[in-house]
Amino acid sequence: MQSMQTMEQNRVPLIQLIDIYKIYKMGDNEVRANDGINLTIYEGEFVAIVGKSGSGKSTIMNIIGALDTPTSGQYILKGNDVSKMKGDALADVRNRLIGFIFQQYNLLPKQNLLENVELPLLYAGYGKKQRKELALEALRKVGLEDKWRNYPNQLSGGQQQRGAVARALAGNPSLILADEPTGALDSKTSEELLNFLKELNANGNTIVLITHDRNVAEQAKRVVGLKDGKIIFDQSVEEYRASQK
Amino acid sequence: MKISQSFKLAFQSIWGSKLRSFLTMLGMIIGVGSVITLVGLVNGVTNYVVSTFSDLGTNLITVNVSSTDTRYVDVDEMYAFVKENSNLFQGVSPNVSSRYTVKNGSTSMTTTVNGVGEDYFELYNLELSAGRFIQYADIKNRYNACVIGTYIVEELFDGKVSVGDTLKINGQVYEIVGIQEEKADSKEGSSDDVIFIPYSNAARLAGTSKISNYIVAAHNADMVEQGEDVLDTFLYEIMKNENLYFISSMTMLLDAIDSMTSMLSSILGGIAGISLLVAGIGIMNIMLVSVVERTKEIGIRKAIGAKRRDIMSQFVIEAAFISCLGGTIGIFFGYLLTGLLGNAFGIEAAPTWNSILLAFGVSAAIGIGFGYMPANKAAKLNPIDALRSE
Repeated sequence: MQSMQTMEQNRVPLIQLIDIYKIYKMGDNEVRANDGINLTIYEGEFVAIVGKSGSGKSTIMNIIGALDTPTSGQYILKGNDVSKMKGDALADVRNRLIGFIFQQYNLLPKQNLLENVELPLLYAGYGKKQRKELALEALRKVGLEDKWRNYPNQLSGGQQQRGAVARALAGNPSLILADEPTGALDSKTSEELLNFLKELNANGNTIVLITHDRNVAEQAKRVVGLKDGKIIFDQSVEEYRASQK
Repeated sequence: MKISQSFKLAFQSIWGSKLRSFLTMLGMIIGVGSVITLVGLVNGVTNYVVSTFSDLGTNLITVNVSSTDTRYVDVDEMYAFVKENSNLFQGVSPNVSSRYTVKNGSTSMTTTVNGVGEDYFELYNLELSAGRFIQYADIKNRYNACVIGTYIVEELFDGKVSVGDTLKINGQVYEIVGIQEEKADSKEGSSDDVIFIPYSNAARLAGTSKISNYIVAAHNADMVEQGEDVLDTFLYEIMKNENLYFISSMTMLLDAIDSMTSMLSSILGGIAGISLLVAGIGIMNIMLVSVVERTKEIGIRKAIGAKRRDIMSQFVIEAAFISCLGGTIGIFFGYLLTGLLGNAFGIEAAPTWNSILLAFGVSAAIGIGFGYMPANKAAKLNPIDALRSE
């Protein structure tokens, strides 16, 4: 434990969640989706956030993904205080700092793979030539460079998800945020994808993975458990595996 | 994101649902087409009516002078005045008109004998079927020359007459130097029931040396009003009393025609304009449906970093693109239809540039205006909700 803390002190925090509350008002009821969450994630980590439905993991994912802001508390992403941002500023953070991988791949069906991967670069304002270069580079990383002309419905589920990973990588974001990335895949392609994410992490990418699946969470290096909007455990994957036995 | 990219997206989306885009455009096509066609047709009718009245001489100003012993308008003075103002006036003809008994042997009749100047022929766009018109030399020499209308030919000569024959006007022998082409089916009292002689002879027949009636022609109908003013100044200087002369023209009538047809044009254009409005609402409706249908896409785009204006411009440009494309096709059809209907009605109808520009401008404005609301709705979507939708 001692050695791990020293190690952490030497690293740069990428994500700092400080006293995050997200409270929804439903009539007279107050729903505390996030009830005082404190979490720090460093560059180069591979963190799985696990929890059952209703545990608040989707809410924390939305906040980490800059899709939503907390009711109170502070969220610092790579030195930017995201918690007070609005609309276009949040869009900018999502565009520059975060690469999303969704459960349903969420590729645009009427655009070919290259155009899909180019999308974040387009909104970032890259020129046409550079867009194509970077998008092809990202497709090469996921092994789909020869499929760039194909439309999503011409690809298998695994290929689509890899396309989505390429889209997440294209803008070279600081954080890759994966929301149940294997949810729609069979076990074989799930394994391939998780191995690929591990590889990305080994190459220095910070990955935060949201899942309800224990087997998926065990592929990360650090596992954070949520229940009723609170963190109930935050352990290394070895500790997690041991606790699940 | 660049504007060209928004255009590409708009085009993709329109091309992606061709039938729907076409049906949406159809409203625009019909609206723009009907505005252009109706305004073009009304314009054609207006031109037709004005040109019909022009044949009657919309550019002509009639001057009546009540000559006194000391005050009268001398013919030479009048000619000099018109020549001086040749920027306004095309020409002038004295007009001494009376009814006389006309004889050919034992056949006789009463008709209008018009004493005119040599320019009269041109001022009224007369045409001859034979011979020549009254000329300057006839006037100067008071030569007994006459040009007769076809009613006279029928009544007095049983249709058999040739240039060089003679007839008697009020007992004096006149040589027929020309025959006017039939203008009004040779009816009694029509413009075919007329004899033209030199005004100098007519004045002598009437027993006066003072010409009291002139026809002054302006270059076109627009110059008539100014011409009347100039004439008024000129005549007042001579007559010193505005009750001693009278100037009249067809401008009043023309003004009335003008205001009538322009009113007709605005009413019909307005009715057609309503269809443009309906087309605009159709576009708004489709865009709203499109936003709902593409909520997921909007969510993905927003999650990936699309800003409000990126989404906004995508949808506004799509709406504007549909309506401009529809507008352009509408202009094309309106153009064709105007020509076709014009031919069918025998009117020279052409779409006016104004109506084309207006229709296109309105269709573009409608596209942007009615596209704004759905686009704004799209841009305001919460990315989390949008992503969750199916």
